[in-house]
Amino acid sequence: MLRAALSLLALPLAGAAEEPTQKPESPGEPPPGLELFRWQWHEVEAPYLVALWILVASLAKIVFHLSRKVTSLVPESCLLILLGLVLGGIVLAVAKKAEYQLEPGTFFLFLLPPIVLDSGYFMPSRLFFDNLGAILTYAVVGTLWNAFTTGAALWGLQQAGLVAPRVQAGLLDFLLFGSLISAVDPVAVLAVFEEVHVNETLFIIVFGESLLNDAVTVVLYKVCNSFVEMGSANVQATDYLKGVASLFVVSLGGAAVGLVFAFLLALTTRFTKRVRIIEPLLVFLLAYAAYLTAEMASLSAILAVTMCGLGCKKYVEANISHKSRTTVKYTMKTLASCAETVIFMLLGISAVDSSKWAWDSGLVLGTLIFILFFRALGVVLQTWVLNQFRLVPLDKIDQVVMSYGGLRGAVAFALVILLDRTKVPAKDYFVATTIVVVFFTVIVQGLTIKPLVKWLKVKRSEHHKPTLNQELHEHTFDHILAAVEDVVGHHGYHYWRDRWEQFDKKYLSQLLMRRSAYRIRDQIWDVYYRLNIRDAISFVDQGGHVLSSTGLTLPSMPSRNSVAETSVTNLLRESGSGACLDLQVIDTVRSGRDREDAVMHHLLCGGLYKPRRRYKASCSRHFISEDAQERQDKEVFQQNMKRRLESFKSTKHNIYFTKSKPRPRKTGRRKKDGVANAEATNGKHRGLGFQDTAAVILTVESEEEEEESDSSETEKEDDEGIIFVARATNEVLQEGKVSGSLEVCPSPRIIPPSPTCAEKELPWKSGQGDLAVYVSSETTKIVPVDMQTGWNQSISSLESLASPPCNQAPILTCLPPHPRGTEEPQVPLHLPSDPRSSFAFPPSLAKAGRSRSESSADLPQQQELQPLMGHKDHTHLSPGTATSHWCIQFNRGSRL
Amino acid sequence: MGSRSSHAAVIPDGDSIRRETGFSQASLLRLHHRFRALDRNKKGYLSRMDLQQIGALAVNPLGDRIIESFFPDGSQRVDFPGFVRVLAHFRPVEDEDTETQDPKKPEPLNSRRNKLHYAFQLYDLDRDGKTSRHEMLQVLRLMVGVQVTEEQLENIADRTVQEADEDGDGAVSFVEFTKSLEKMDVEQKMSIRILK
Repeated sequence: MLRAALSLLALPLAGAAEEPTQKPESPGEPPPGLELFRWQWHEVEAPYLVALWILVASLAKIVFHLSRKVTSLVPESCLLILLGLVLGGIVLAVAKKAEYQLEPGTFFLFLLPPIVLDSGYFMPSRLFFDNLGAILTYAVVGTLWNAFTTGAALWGLQQAGLVAPRVQAGLLDFLLFGSLISAVDPVAVLAVFEEVHVNETLFIIVFGESLLNDAVTVVLYKVCNSFVEMGSANVQATDYLKGVASLFVVSLGGAAVGLVFAFLLALTTRFTKRVRIIEPLLVFLLAYAAYLTAEMASLSAILAVTMCGLGCKKYVEANISHKSRTTVKYTMKTLASCAETVIFMLLGISAVDSSKWAWDSGLVLGTLIFILFFRALGVVLQTWVLNQFRLVPLDKIDQVVMSYGGLRGAVAFALVILLDRTKVPAKDYFVATTIVVVFFTVIVQGLTIKPLVKWLKVKRSEHHKPTLNQELHEHTFDHILAAVEDVVGHHGYHYWRDRWEQFDKKYLSQLLMRRSAYRIRDQIWDVYYRLNIRDAISFVDQGGHVLSSTGLTLPSMPSRNSVAETSVTNLLRESGSGACLDLQVIDTVRSGRDREDAVMHHLLCGGLYKPRRRYKASCSRHFISEDAQERQDKEVFQQNMKRRLESFKSTKHNIYFTKSKPRPRKTGRRKKDGVANAEATNGKHRGLGFQDTAAVILTVESEEEEEESDSSETEKEDDEGIIFVARATNEVLQEGKVSGSLEVCPSPRIIPPSPTCAEKELPWKSGQGDLAVYVSSETTKIVPVDMQTGWNQSISSLESLASPPCNQAPILTCLPPHPRGTEEPQVPLHLPSDPRSSFAFPPSLAKAGRSRSESSADLPQQQELQPLMGHKDHTHLSPGTATSHWCIQFNRGSRL
Repeated sequence: MGSRSSHAAVIPDGDSIRRETGFSQASLLRLHHRFRALDRNKKGYLSRMDLQQIGALAVNPLGDRIIESFFPDGSQRVDFPGFVRVLAHFRPVEDEDTETQDPKKPEPLNSRRNKLHYAFQLYDLDRDGKTSRHEMLQVLRLMVGVQVTEEQLENIADRTVQEADEDGDGAVSFVEFTKSLEKMDVEQKMSIRILK
């Protein structure tokens, strides 16, 4: 065995292996001293072989996929079986006996669970339950039908003398054989149908059937097996009843076990907030535990894992972190694909072992014909019945594909190997027949089903990206249908689904999802979120022309009237020299450039991603710190949301109704005064570049906060370095005292309303008459986080000043989104009259501005003076005074 | 069977209703039965109250709007033909419907267009033929529930409108609505099997 393995798998090692392995065989001798080199093959043999087999299978997979042509014509499963045949032949030739066969134990305990879990977990549950009736019918009735008709027909064949008399089998034996050969195999179906891409309904029916018929197969197999072992003479009438009863026990019991474990799994993941790293492990462990438990209680293990995966997914996905989700997905897919590969390869190898074979042409041919014929007949009959009840009847083409897609696979093979030769004398014949059937269905049908589907013009599955509209309307339709069923007084499918959803929302989700997850878990929101992510990613992939106007058209939506041209990218290039990094040094350079720089600054501030920072190497085994990737994802997301709204607003501001209320936050940072005021303020900003986006940005951030709030330690240490943080200014302002931001400030007096003055002094704010700081793009890129608060304040106040009253909004329609060229001298008090003077503010600032203006909700008529009124102490600061006190707030300690 | 024929006699204008809605005799009887069950005081029509008494409708986020759809133009009552006419939107599309399409005859109530139109008018509260951002927001508020904040809702509403809006008027017209759903199997998703 060892030599065979080595010579086959690791020829170079083989020579070396022989000598050293002899060494340990002389235990009597004292050890010859310290060995420099010791060969311990036996200690690693088993795992080594497993690893090697998987490696061979994987390499084979890679080789197959080198040629697109081959894999597009031939299903992978066929190739793997053929490869297995070849390898098995080599093994046989070298070792003179068959090795490495598909052991039923290995198959059921290790190879099958990953595949079933994968298919259960990623089963499109909506589709599955929509077609549950059909799936159950085919799985239960269809399998019973197939088993009995095939078994009986074979027996008839034998009675007719067409099967050689050396096949010693009675009716019960044939029924046993029929029960194991009749079940459609999930592994084979999945392997073939995944490449065929038939429409979803057809796929889910065939595939669902193959998963759910396991219970029937197991029961039939066990019942028949025990009957055979008892001998047909001893079977009592009660045994038949027991057999029927056990069908329910096995299937319902298996499903129940699965659901219990799904519940446990969901509940467990609810509490893994601090140990994210074991989340994926939990998923696998508990699902596997479900499988083993069901197997232990001789219930349907496949059903258990399917139900476990199906049931837990929603809650688990909501609970575990994004990274764990990815890990679960990839690990599951890897394991399943690995197991599938090995199964098919081992199937091929096992077929070579002629010692298990006993060929009988009559039996083999008869079986092949019968399973095809009865499958087709069963499908037609059942479909006819089902179509009486189905909204969308299954047509003839569907039925052909369904009949033809009834592939048999490794389950049948493993079951037939498990037969006891002493009890079932015809075992060898059955083995041979099963192998032929499996090979025939997987290779011949697998090869031909694709052309058949093409030829019959079966409706293929269409992959289209989800859109918000579709998602929303689909929900609407569901609700409408549920309501109409109520009105009609018919408690149909929609009624129960609606009921279930209510129940799930009220109790289950509350119990099984962690609070933060439950909060944000909504399908419509989810689609929205995913769309944003996708946009952002493709946006970045395009090279991230953040600032060009083309960047504003998003890939996920049809490009339409694009925003007015502002070639800021050119600006970026032009103004790249002569950086003045020290912001405290205020150069008095007056030029048109300053204005550009100002725009640049704001664009950069809003549009640039944060500088990527190096992260501390984290060696903790138990925590994965939120790393750059995730942060960047979030950032990309935020950026993108902002941009989208921007383009939305700038193209369609005329219909912009803002209803935004400040979001009450746990931290209580934001005030939630009058909605009316918020509206007013917001309304004024329409048409402006970044301002309207503020809400979005903050929303996202607070979202994160919400999620992280309970584990507050997560984010903190990341704060060093340069970040633009959106902070509500009034946080500082409301405190009514000198806040941390003052520490560095030259003149504490002006701080709170300092927005105005700071704004003034900041170069990009200055109009013609004012001093200007020359700040190049380089500078703006690295504005430290500390600057933020000050900036927020300053710009926010200016913004609220600059914003025109609501009724002037229509004027803005004609403005370019980046009112760079339209800047005008900004004497704060006069600003309100000129809507165009407002900048495209960085989002954070705009938000700050808004919340700030909200704070003076009781004085709506004084909004123009707002920045001055923001803080009582400073209400009466005139802009003049403000300008005279220049203040840049470098407030390192101000991050509250 | 005897009771059936007596029922049939009860339905006024049974034939013309059937012709208009395409319902089979059996479903019409069934619906009439239901209609009378809903009609508490045997007044011969349904009021909003009658429909609101259906328990499950109260928890349906769109329940009110759907009830409202039974009462076009602000009327206070709906008689049996009107009741059936609304429900006819949800009759499954059958093959003969499409085959025997008479260009002169008005489109059947269960056509794709009419199904979509029914859904659309649930959004379009002010009946101006467009779903504005505001209306979209209201729908979303009903549908999405409490988990999502108002600001997020607004963003979703923005994006939803923006996504479907093709002429840039900031609202979704019926044509745009239809277009945004052109890949969806509306005939299937807006049908109830028992309403044949």
